Amino acid sequence: MTAATTELRAQQDRGRKAAQNREKWSQGRTYISAAVILIWCLAPAYWMVVTAFRDVGFTYDTSILPSHVTLDNFNTAFDTSFGNRFGQALLNSVFIGGVVTLVSLLIGVFAAYALARLNFRFKYLVLGFILGASMFPGVALITPLFQLFTNIGWMGTYQALIIPNISFVLPLTVYTMTSFFREMPWELEESARVDGCTQGQAFRKVIMPLAAPAIFTTAILAFISSWNEFLIASQLSSDATQPVTVAIANFAGAQPNQIPYTAIMAAGTIVTIPLVILVLVFQRKIVAGLTAGAVK
Amino acid sequence: MKTPKFLLPVATAGILALTLSACGGGGGGGGTQAGGGDAAAGLDGRGPITYVQGKDNSNVVRPLVAKWNAAHPNEKVTFKEQTDQADQQHDDIVQHFQAKDAGYDVVDVDVVWTAEFAAKGWLQPLKDKMAIDTSAMLKPTVDSGTYKGTLYAAPQTSDGALLYYRKDLVPTPPKTWDEMMSMCSIAKKNNIGCYAGQFSKYEGLTVNASEAINSAGGSVLDKDGKPSLNTPEAKAGLENLAKAYADGNIPKEGITFQEELSRQAFQSGKLLFLRNWPYVYNLATTEGSSAVKDKLGIAPIPGATGAGASSLGGHNLAVSVYSKNKATALDFLKFMTSEESEKFYATQGSLAPVLGSLYTDKDLVAKLPYLPVLKTSIENAVPRPVTPFYPAVTKAIQENAYSAIKGEKPVDTALSDMQKSIESAGAGS
Amino acid sequence: MATEVGPTPVKAPASGGTPIHHGPKGVGEDNQILSQGKWASWLLAPTIIALGIVIVYPIISAIVMSFQKDAGLDPATGLFTAGGPAGVQNYVNWIAQQCAAPAGGTVACPPGTLGAQFWSATATTFFFTVVTVAFETVLGFWMAMIMARTFKGRSLVRAAVLVPWAIPTAVTAKLWFFIFAFEGIANQLFNTTILWTGSEWPAKWAVIIADVWKTTPFMALLILAGLQMIPAEVYEAAKVDGASAWQRFRMITLPLVKPALMVAILFRTLDALRMFDLPYILTGGANNTTTLSILVINQIRQGFNSAAALSTITFIIIFLVAFIFVRFLGANVVEQSGATGKGKK
Repeated sequence: MTAATTELRAQQDRGRKAAQNREKWSQGRTYISAAVILIWCLAPAYWMVVTAFRDVGFTYDTSILPSHVTLDNFNTAFDTSFGNRFGQALLNSVFIGGVVTLVSLLIGVFAAYALARLNFRFKYLVLGFILGASMFPGVALITPLFQLFTNIGWMGTYQALIIPNISFVLPLTVYTMTSFFREMPWELEESARVDGCTQGQAFRKVIMPLAAPAIFTTAILAFISSWNEFLIASQLSSDATQPVTVAIANFAGAQPNQIPYTAIMAAGTIVTIPLVILVLVFQRKIVAGLTAGAVK
Repeated sequence: MKTPKFLLPVATAGILALTLSACGGGGGGGGTQAGGGDAAAGLDGRGPITYVQGKDNSNVVRPLVAKWNAAHPNEKVTFKEQTDQADQQHDDIVQHFQAKDAGYDVVDVDVVWTAEFAAKGWLQPLKDKMAIDTSAMLKPTVDSGTYKGTLYAAPQTSDGALLYYRKDLVPTPPKTWDEMMSMCSIAKKNNIGCYAGQFSKYEGLTVNASEAINSAGGSVLDKDGKPSLNTPEAKAGLENLAKAYADGNIPKEGITFQEELSRQAFQSGKLLFLRNWPYVYNLATTEGSSAVKDKLGIAPIPGATGAGASSLGGHNLAVSVYSKNKATALDFLKFMTSEESEKFYATQGSLAPVLGSLYTDKDLVAKLPYLPVLKTSIENAVPRPVTPFYPAVTKAIQENAYSAIKGEKPVDTALSDMQKSIESAGAGS
Repeated sequence: MATEVGPTPVKAPASGGTPIHHGPKGVGEDNQILSQGKWASWLLAPTIIALGIVIVYPIISAIVMSFQKDAGLDPATGLFTAGGPAGVQNYVNWIAQQCAAPAGGTVACPPGTLGAQFWSATATTFFFTVVTVAFETVLGFWMAMIMARTFKGRSLVRAAVLVPWAIPTAVTAKLWFFIFAFEGIANQLFNTTILWTGSEWPAKWAVIIADVWKTTPFMALLILAGLQMIPAEVYEAAKVDGASAWQRFRMITLPLVKPALMVAILFRTLDALRMFDLPYILTGGANNTTTLSILVINQIRQGFNSAAALSTITFIIIFLVAFIFVRFLGANVVEQSGATGKGKK
C-alpha cells in the first residue's frame, strides 16, 4: 500500500466519520424537536387528565402532580341517572362522524376528479361556489336551518346532524383532494388505459392507491371536524341523537351555578382516547410514500 | 358548446323552491308575529304535554313528573331537559317559539325573560280561564312574572343574593356598604381581599351592578320602562364599586370572577366578604378543599342605609300560546307550584321556594339554615330591569359597568352611555 | 425520477377549449369536451346539491331577512309588531355605527350598544386571523417536517400532535379558561400575576395561545400530506448536486408543498375570520376580544334581521379576503403547478 492510498483511505474515513457525526447531530436535533413538540401538544392535555382524576372538592388545586386521585369523575360522566347520556352520545358522535367522513370523501373524490381532470365551462364558478360555502358565519346559519328542518320534520334525527356536517366539511374535502389530484402523475392512468383498463378501473387501481395519503388525511380532517361541531348539533339534535359535544355542554354540577370542571375534563379525556387510537392505527397510511418507481 | 349549463339552473330552481316552501311554513325569524289569535285557542284542551326546563341538576323534576304521571295517565307529561347554560336555554326556547312549535307546552323561564317573551306574544296570559292564585307567594316573585299588569308566568323557584362573611374575623356583619368598606382594614391586616362579587363581563355583572344601583336607592329603569340612570343615587351605587376596585378593596382579579371563581376565592380563605347565591353555603361548608368550613356566616347584602336590594333570581313557569292542551298545562302549573312541590324543591334541590310560609317551616330551616336570611333578601329584592329589550339592556349595563369598575371611564360617563344605549335599544323601529 | 416533464401548465379557460390530451383536432374533440362537461355535471351534482340545501338556502334566507327591519314595540299594547321593509338601512347602520334614536332617525351608537362595536370587532377579527394563521403556519410546517422524518417514536409524535385538535372545542375552551384563571396553573407555573381574562392584551394573547394550540395540528397534517407526496429521489438528486439543507428547503420543499400549503392557509384563514367558540367561552368577548361572529350571536338575541345584515357583511369581508388570496397570493388550486419534475417555480 502506498502512502497515497493510506492517505486517501484516511481522508475517506474522516469524511465518513464527519458524515456520521452530522447524522448524529441531525438525529439529535430531531429528537429534541420531537420532545419539544410532545411537551407543547401534551402539556395542557396532561392538565386535563390530572384534573379529570382529581376529587371534585379540590377542583382548583394547582399541584402539578396528581393529587386527591379518584375515579368519581369518570363515573359521574357516564352516570345516566340524571338524564346524562354520555355513553350514548359517544356512539352518536362516532356514527355521525363515520357517515359524514365516508359520504363527504365519496362526494369529494368525485368532485375533485372533475375539477382536477376535466375541462368544462363554469369550472371557476363552481370552485368559487364551493369555497364561498365556507365564508358565511356558521352562527347565522342556525336559525334558518332550524326552521328548515322543523318544516320538513327532521328535527332531532340523525340526518339533520349528518347532512349539515357533510356540507361544512365538503369545501375542505373537495379543495384538498383537488389540489392533490392535480399533482398526481396521470400518465400512470394513461399507461393503465393503454394496457387495457377502462377509465374507471385505471382510476381505482392506479390512482387511488397513490392518492392514499391525501385520502386518509382528508378522512381524518373530515372526521375530527364533524367530531368538534357544536353549534348546529346543539340546535338540531334531540336527547337520543345528541353528539358528544352537546352532551358535555349539558354536564351540570350538583348545585345550580356550579360548573363541573372535573367531570368535563373526565369526559374530554374519554373522548380523546378513541381518536388517538384511530390515528395510531391509520398514521402509517397517511405517510405512505409515492411509489414513483411505477413509471420507470 | 354543450357544458353543464343545466346544472346551475337546476340547482338554483331547487333552492328557490325550497326557499319559497320554507318561507311559507316557518316565516322570517325575529319573532315579529303577535300571537294574539293563538291565545284564545286550545284553552280547554286536555292531553299529553311537554314540560321544558334547563338541566335538572339535583333530580327534583323527574320525581315530580313521575308523581303527576301516575295520577294522570291520560295527560302524561314528557320532561324535555335543556342544557345548563341560561343563554342556550333562552335561544332554544326562542327557536321553538319562532317556529310556533306546539311541542313546547309548559316552559320554565328565567325571571328576566318574561317581558321579552310576553311582548313577542308567545306566552299565554294567566288570567280568566287560565288564572292562578298568587296570594301566598312573595310579592317580588309575582312581579317578576308580570308584564304590563298581566301575569304571564307563575313563580316556581326564587333566588336572592347573600353576603357571606368570615365570622372568625368579623363577629357582626356590616349593615351598610360604608360600614363594610370600613371593615376592609381587617382584611388588609390579614392579607386577604376585602370584598368580591361577580364582575366579569357577563350576566352576573348586570346582577351585581343593578344591585349596587338599587341598593343605593337608584334604579336602572323607571316604572314606565325608561332608563333613569342620571340620578345621584345611581351614580352613588356604581361609584361604590368603582371606588372599591380602585382602592384595592375589590381585589384586581375580581374583574375576572364569575360565580365559581369568586366562590373559590372565598373558600380558600382569600376574601373577607363575598356576594353570591345561596348555593355556595352547601359547598363551602362541606367541600374537602374549603378552608372556611366553620368560619362562615351569612347576612343580607348591605345597602345605603340598611339591607340592600338584592337582584331577584329564580325561575317561573309559563304556558305557550301555541299549546294545544292548555287546561292540562294549567293544572300541571298549579301542581308544580303547590306547597308540596315547593317543599320538595327546597329539601331535594336546595331551591328557594316562592311561598312565604315555607321560609319559617321548621324542617326546611333545619336543612337550609340560610332560609330566614334569604327571605329578607328576597322580600327586599328588586328584579333586574323589566323590559322586552332585556338582551340589549343587559349588554348596555355590562359594557359600561365593566369599564366603570376598571376605571377605564368615569362613572358619570358610564351611566350616561348606559342611559343612551338603553334609550337606543327601546327606540328600534 | 418520476417524470421528466409534466404536462405544460394549462389554464382552464373560462369558455371551454383546449383539452388536456393532445389528440387529433376536429369533431372528435368537440365530442370529448361535450362528454367532459356531462361527466363533470354528474360528478359535481352531489356536491352542489348538498351545499345548496344546507348553505345556500340559509344564506339566501338570511339575506332576504336582512332587508327587513327588526320588530318594534308598540307602546300601546306592549307587544312587538313586525318591522316592515328596511331597504339597506340595517347595513348602513352597521357600517356607519348608527343606532336608532328615541326621537326617530339615527344617532351615533353609544358605547354599550352592539352597533358601536362593528369596527373594533372587525379589527380584532383581522388581528386574530393574521396572528393565529402566521403562528400556525410556521409551527405546523416545523411539526410536519419533524413528523416526516424517520426516528424511533415517530408514531407517538404523530398521535400526540393530533391530541389538541381532537379534544372537542367545548372541553378545550373550558380547559384554557381554567388554566388562565387568576389562580390557575398558568400563573402558578410561571409565577406571574397576569389577569389573563381581565385585561386587554393578556386576553388577546390568551385567545391566540389557545387557538394556536388547538388548530396547529390541522395545518401540520395537511402540510405533512403534502410533504409525503415529494419523492425522496428529488432530495437525493439535490444532495448529490451539492445543495445545502436550506437550498433544498427553498427550492424543493417549498414549491412542491405549495399546493397543500395554500389550501391549508386558505381554509384556516376562512375559519379564523369566523372564529367564535374560543373567545366566546374564554373571555365572553370582553376586553376587545369580540370577533364578528360573537357580535352576530349577540345581535341575534336582540334582533335577527339586523344580525342577518351583519352576517352578510361578514360574508362579503371574508369573500374579499379569499379573493385577494386566490388572485394575488397564488392559492391557485386549479392550475397545475407542473412541478412533478425538478420543481422550479
